[in-house]
Amino acid sequence: MPDLRPAAAGPLGDDVRSDCHVAYEPGSDSLTLEIASKVDYLYGDAIETAVRRVAGEFGVTSGQLRVVDRGALEWVILARAESCLRLAGADGPAILPEAAPGAGAQRSRERLRRSRLYLPGNRPKLMLSAGLYGADGLILDLEDSVTPADKDAARLLVRNALIGLDWGASERMVRVNQGDLGLEDLRRIAHHNPHVVLLPKVEDPEQVRRVADFLREIVGDRAPYLMPILESPLGIHHAYEIAAADELVVALTLGLEDLSAELGAPRTETGWESFSARQTTVYAARAAGVQPIASVFSDISDQEALASYVQRERALGFDGVGCIHPRQIPVVHTEMTPTEAEAERAVTIVRAARDAERRGLGAVAVGSKMVDPPVVKQAYRTVELAVAGGVLTAGWDDGSI
Amino acid sequence: MVRPDLRKSDTDLTGSEMAIKLERNAAGRMVPTEVNGREGVPFAGVGGHRPTGRKAAPVITTCIDYPADGDKRVGSIREALDRVGLADGMVVSSHHHLRNGDAVANMVFDAAADLGRRDLVWFPSASFPVHANQIGHLDRGVIHHIEGSMNGPLGAYCSAGKMRGLGVLRSHGGRWQAVQDGEVHIDVAVIAAPTADAFGNATGDRGPAGCGLLGFALADSVHAEKVIVVTDNLVPFPCLPWQIQGNHVDVVVEVDSIGDPAKIVSGTTRITQSPDRRRTAELAARFCADAGIMKPGFSFQAGAGGTTLAFAIYLRDLMRSAGVTARFARGGSNKYMVEMLSEGLIEVILDGQTFDLDAVQSLRDDPRHVNTSPFTSYNFHGKGNFASMVDVAVLGATEVDLEFNGNVVTHSDGRLLHGIGGWQNCLSAKCAMLLVPSYRDRIPVIVDEVTTLCGPGELIDVVVTERGIAINPRRQDLIDAVAGSDLPIKSIQELKSELDRICGIPQKVPRSDEPVAVVKWVDGTIIDTVWRVG
Repeated sequence: MPDLRPAAAGPLGDDVRSDCHVAYEPGSDSLTLEIASKVDYLYGDAIETAVRRVAGEFGVTSGQLRVVDRGALEWVILARAESCLRLAGADGPAILPEAAPGAGAQRSRERLRRSRLYLPGNRPKLMLSAGLYGADGLILDLEDSVTPADKDAARLLVRNALIGLDWGASERMVRVNQGDLGLEDLRRIAHHNPHVVLLPKVEDPEQVRRVADFLREIVGDRAPYLMPILESPLGIHHAYEIAAADELVVALTLGLEDLSAELGAPRTETGWESFSARQTTVYAARAAGVQPIASVFSDISDQEALASYVQRERALGFDGVGCIHPRQIPVVHTEMTPTEAEAERAVTIVRAARDAERRGLGAVAVGSKMVDPPVVKQAYRTVELAVAGGVLTAGWDDGSI
Repeated sequence: MVRPDLRKSDTDLTGSEMAIKLERNAAGRMVPTEVNGREGVPFAGVGGHRPTGRKAAPVITTCIDYPADGDKRVGSIREALDRVGLADGMVVSSHHHLRNGDAVANMVFDAAADLGRRDLVWFPSASFPVHANQIGHLDRGVIHHIEGSMNGPLGAYCSAGKMRGLGVLRSHGGRWQAVQDGEVHIDVAVIAAPTADAFGNATGDRGPAGCGLLGFALADSVHAEKVIVVTDNLVPFPCLPWQIQGNHVDVVVEVDSIGDPAKIVSGTTRITQSPDRRRTAELAARFCADAGIMKPGFSFQAGAGGTTLAFAIYLRDLMRSAGVTARFARGGSNKYMVEMLSEGLIEVILDGQTFDLDAVQSLRDDPRHVNTSPFTSYNFHGKGNFASMVDVAVLGATEVDLEFNGNVVTHSDGRLLHGIGGWQNCLSAKCAMLLVPSYRDRIPVIVDEVTTLCGPGELIDVVVTERGIAINPRRQDLIDAVAGSDLPIKSIQELKSELDRICGIPQKVPRSDEPVAVVKWVDGTIIDTVWRVG
């Protein structure tokens, strides 16, 4: 056993919930384990087994481990214990929790991305039910919402969440850090089926290619899709090159908070200061054949303002917006849903297109009017949105509408 | 009046030291056959117990013994207790409309201690953390034991087996039943009154410590041997309205303050911000709509707890968009219910307790907002009660088991945590729904078997959690009613399996064999026992 140093991972405090603190103190006596838990009468043995499992795999046989548990689930306890021992200087294999249903869910390049909910990567409490809220995507964030001191612990927590947390039907997304720190993040998480990795502050297509190559190197054709985030004037300037940088890119988004700061133009309700940036993002994404996704809306108390925001961004051509609270999700979905008239028109076009295909015709016609391929593609999209939003039933194609 | 059964407590036996005989009741739970010197009747199943005899009443009094000018004032609580003849071993009652702001119950036992009284039984309609003051009186022998809800420090005290005598937990309706049936004979009732006159007429709907209504003190005023009204807002006769009639009252005491208004009613009622609780509340409201419960002229009961309050708001939105109005709603009332009354979504509020300033004002000023009591709403030994006429009641719980049995008084480690309140009574609604988180900090709420049985599964129709809705298989009508809806309907076993996966399968919790309290069913029988912890 190598020389270890004192270390600790996970928060302490009376207001901590669904998390735990694990501390290690080196010593020459054989390993002792001290557990203080509000759930010890139900899970004391399970907590001890989990922590001993980590210590055993890491070959830690002496010193003292102290656990202050506030109702953490097993995948959280494993992550905290592993973080603590890694910080103490021990090494060992990744200690993985039991997989939740859906841990192996298939990713899909073209899926709906109307809403994506940001969750801090070091706060298990906020993750536990996130899969129930129906967001098209959940983003476990390792970047802005995690302090530098917590990066290592958050990385293992997010890795375990990719395995042990039930994400529901939501797309499994992770926002990593910039640069080398981001590659460190990917080294831990890439093997565990993240569907999309969000790359912050991309200014240069080379940044995207570097990540894409790194991912292919470590996980081959299981490499997750990428969603670069443009957060600076330079990023906006290179928007198309970034969107087209690699085939792993499936969507392009922008971060208006940082962009506004760099522009020296604070965000306003009307958003004129970022109009060009937003429109550029849409153009670049469409040109590169990826989805344009709008920035987050950060006032969680104002649902009406959120609704107007979604209407405005949708009108610009965006396919989705970012959320920071579950209650924003239904508003976003409602506003992203086509009207019945739009849905009916789209159904007509889709039927005409299928008819043309069946009959081997190159051109699609509705009545006497020819319909161009981008319109057909958009009609498919509209139908999908209408079904997701409940305007069309899933059986619209059976002639049941 | 010294009850002979309490004299033996002079030897200061604690509950754990008494040789207590246990019997298995109809729910399969082991319960004491004797409780604080009285025979205990084991639970006989829902509707399985039939009372006999006549109602209890105080002795006949004559106005010759009371001042003809109606001025019953005495100088202090101590003097009042002396005047009504407070003696060792007596039962002293109080009400909980002042909630955690109550100063009166503490003052009463401080004064009793001053008078050197011992072995009193405190019979509150509920206790709050502010009543931790009574622990000193329990320790010193002024109070023998408490019959009423115990939570916080008092719950911990009782759970640790420190109380002489057994705690007795009753529902609001069960408390009325116990008083009316003579199961508990109140020697001295002390009624904290936000406004009163010198004759003893009293109301809760106004005054600095205004709390709305005083329904929980009504049984005490009618059935107690002696009644003391304590007020900090004395008005000239007549005090209007007289929620409590002065003709029942022996003495009136004026004090500087009966309680802290800030802790009696909240200035604002806020709905929960927890996404999980809001989701649960929304699912429950949608269930009411999809199952056809929410129909013109229906009725509902929603408490003031975080999730049930959110339920009322989601229900309001659904009622609005469907153009449905409710004939009546049962409170706990609050600002949101009052807004629904003003908007015409509810025609009448039948109020049991008043939680915020808007509701106090509405109760005082709006004739459609009606003062009720546990007699009208909940009493099982009456000629019917309102609770069974309600279409849907939403309630919380600490645990629910695979048979749909509910626990509302203990934590899953067995510690006393909550009172029963109106919970058991509300289960008789046409559809009783429990809105619970599926787990709390890894502690599963859906369990194999509840730690303490408070409500039989045959009365609990629907369990709503953030992870899905389980309908009691006994309610095929409800299962059919929501077939085809897009609600996440699951079996309770499915929910439990999800929790086994998420939380892990819990260890068995060992329980002691020392009873510290009993839980009464609405008919006065004993449905379960609370055992000593630690």
